[in-house]
Amino acid sequence: MTDSVVSVEHGVVAYDDRPVLRDVSLRVTTGEVVAVLGANGSGKSTLIRAVLGLVPLSAGTVTLFDTPQRRFRQWSRIGYVPQRIGAGSGVPATVAEVVASGRLARRGVLRPPGSADRTAVAEALSAVGLSDRAGDPVGTLSGGQQQRTLIARALAGQPELLILDEPTAGVDSASQDAFAEALRGFVAGGGTVLLVAHELGPLSALITRAVVVHHGEIAHDGAVPEPAGHHAAPGHEHVHPHAPEESVGMWGG
Amino acid sequence: MSLFQYDFMIRALIGALVIGLTAPALGIYLVQRRMSLIGDGIGHVALTGVGVGLLLNRSPVVMAVIVAAVAAVAIELIRERGRTSGDVALAMLFYGGIAGGVMLVGLSGSRSNANLMAYLFGSLTTTSPQDLVVIVVLAVVVLVTMITLRPALFAISHDEEYARVSGLPVRALNLLLAVTTAVTVTIAMRAVGLLLISALMVVPVATAQLFTRGFLGTMLSAMGLGLLASGSGVWLAGTANTALGATIVILAIGLFLVVAVGVALRRALGRRRAVPGSAHQLEPCDVVLGTAPRTAPDTSDPAADPAPDPVADPVADPAAPRKGGASADGARPVGILRKG
Repeated sequence: MTDSVVSVEHGVVAYDDRPVLRDVSLRVTTGEVVAVLGANGSGKSTLIRAVLGLVPLSAGTVTLFDTPQRRFRQWSRIGYVPQRIGAGSGVPATVAEVVASGRLARRGVLRPPGSADRTAVAEALSAVGLSDRAGDPVGTLSGGQQQRTLIARALAGQPELLILDEPTAGVDSASQDAFAEALRGFVAGGGTVLLVAHELGPLSALITRAVVVHHGEIAHDGAVPEPAGHHAAPGHEHVHPHAPEESVGMWGG
Repeated sequence: MSLFQYDFMIRALIGALVIGLTAPALGIYLVQRRMSLIGDGIGHVALTGVGVGLLLNRSPVVMAVIVAAVAAVAIELIRERGRTSGDVALAMLFYGGIAGGVMLVGLSGSRSNANLMAYLFGSLTTTSPQDLVVIVVLAVVVLVTMITLRPALFAISHDEEYARVSGLPVRALNLLLAVTTAVTVTIAMRAVGLLLISALMVVPVATAQLFTRGFLGTMLSAMGLGLLASGSGVWLAGTANTALGATIVILAIGLFLVVAVGVALRRALGRRRAVPGSAHQLEPCDVVLGTAPRTAPDTSDPAADPAPDPVADPVADPAAPRKGGASADGARPVGILRKG
């Protein structure tokens, strides 16, 4: 008997009357590793943002751990890994400081961090292989390492469900492997994973089910589909440069 | 020191130090969420509160706190909706605030011009003992809030979406930050004046982040710098007979310039010594370049991600990872833009 962790029933999302998701239903049960695949603009990111309540549904329901999302309060059971570090700013923050904010869901706003928090942060950092960078400003890390920082932040909260938005987009291969390793450890511990991806890379071995979103609808739900076209070519390096080289600030060198 | 034999100078010193400590402790969150100038806007609106207070013969500080807090909440609600029209709404609020303040202060009596100058540019030396008590009490409240709620306020300022998914009371924390900003602006108006408040909130933070590595370090350094600028500002203004608020701000900016030059010199000297930078200036090598022996014990484990030791590792040149070319790393930007 498996329990439903995430359940979307006939979900519809529209931005200013422009439908992005039309009648999407999705169910994720305990222990599954579900990849949501699709082209850019297919609505796959919107799907998980709707699951998290970051975009409102215009129709349909989302249920998290058998609780309707509107009444869901046990956010410490969910670890969210966004596509990239938040807007960022001139104020530096160390890797450990960013990861420590993953403990807030569990600890609450008022309680000061204790030894359990520090242990969880240290373990999360070691799970993604960034222990030696704990005291470094996040801004000086490579893109892949910044992404691993965000995964550590989610892991630090010791969640039961990890939701990741394109965790490997534009990430170097070493970080992708480290990331797959961290995810493998999480799944081995009984965790459930819902991730959005453009391409799976080293993750594909972990995925138990793939959902393909196409034009706001579920086009496939089952085994990981074979890549088509030039994506299938051996040695295809799937890299999208998303932005020109960004300045990494004062310490960027 | 003879300067401080006068009670009003003692009061000015206490007020300045308290504000110098508090303003950057709050300002760091504003800088982090790229709202450095919000203090300036709220200061404009606070002037209306001053006018109301003078007109009704109530404490201008208390009325300014109330009006500024209401405005800050309104601004936060506009920001939350994130509409482009919010920009125009803010402009209306700011200029309406200062225009209303000037009108009301003018209506309030004969000394209106002196009053206006006192609130626009600060007049700590005319602070009454009662005012000072209000300033100190409110400043302590703000300071304690900023320090005890640091993890939560850091989370909402650093990544608001993540904070929301963590189940944090994001809206309540945002409103709290807005109201404490209003309170800080109002108590600081006695020291540096409404038009110069943002400087005390932002400049020490900007200075601190030139040399700090983490958020807590930046916060503590900024508070220290604020204390230094306001303390020496009182002394300098008393000695040279200059306007106190302006002197504090000039000193704070002077500190920024000194630190910026110092940091730049240190980096230049560091480079000349032919040591290829220190660890924090390098992007670590994400690929095994195979041109030199590595000091990291286990390079086969990618999870270990060996950060090159800059001294022991001759390939630790900032350009090396890109020249490596063996991975996608070269084409990968440091940060990727969020896609829709």
